[in-house]
Amino acid sequence: MTTMKVLFLIFAAATLGSAFMVVTTKKMIHAAFWLIATLFGVAALYALLNAGFIAMVQIVVYVGAIAILFIFAVMLTRKDLRDSAKPLNANWSSAALLAVLSFGGLYLLLSQWAGFSSTEGAPVLASGMDTIGQLGEALVSPNAYLLPFEVASVLLLAALIGAVYVANEAKNK
Amino acid sequence: MIPISWYLIVAAALFSIGLFGVLARKNAVAILLGVELMLNAVNINLVTFWRYNAPETVTGQVFAIIVFAVAAAEVAVGLALIISIYRNRKTVVADELDMMKW
Repeated sequence: MTTMKVLFLIFAAATLGSAFMVVTTKKMIHAAFWLIATLFGVAALYALLNAGFIAMVQIVVYVGAIAILFIFAVMLTRKDLRDSAKPLNANWSSAALLAVLSFGGLYLLLSQWAGFSSTEGAPVLASGMDTIGQLGEALVSPNAYLLPFEVASVLLLAALIGAVYVANEAKNK
Repeated sequence: MIPISWYLIVAAALFSIGLFGVLARKNAVAILLGVELMLNAVNINLVTFWRYNAPETVTGQVFAIIVFAVAAAEVAVGLALIISIYRNRKTVVADELDMMKW
């Protein structure tokens, strides 16, 4: 049991535990806070995978923007949150069965892949390899991922304009 | 070092928890929280396969960044819809939003 493995187990347990709280806790505002814990756990997993940039983006974009959006939405719809009512609907037991089945199915599917049983760690990164620099260049290089990057930004712009339009109260109704 | 299967199992468990949240929660905001968990599980898989199979390329990380952008767009539109629905119907409980049923 190396230090990495212990760290991984701690972060994985924290991630899954707080994810479980997200879907079961009664108060919506608490669910949003548990989501922040889950997102930090996932960021720690990215850091263990040597994906430092993704880990930072996870914290800046998910915790800094998306989780805050969720908290605002929870507060704006506060009157009808029904914190005292049951958080799960009547079909929650079949939903739980389906979730367990999907986990079992995924596990079965993965266990048929030959690489799944390997006990080796990740390949060692070549020393002096600058993954963040490579990633930055790839995102703005016309020979690599410039077009998907620009399409993603257009998608974001369209989504934000659409969100403003949808959430805007029609004043002259 | 950590075997690849550990990451994949964590991602599969996170995905299943998110699926449970989407199917079982009453509150529409909580359903979107479940979708976020599922997207995070997908991203863990993408970064894991990048790290274990092709660390010399950047493809996996770029893919994960595009998923981030799509997730942000999805949350923005989804929450705008929920706020608009709340304004008109005074509820965010998914079972009560049945006006398109006939």
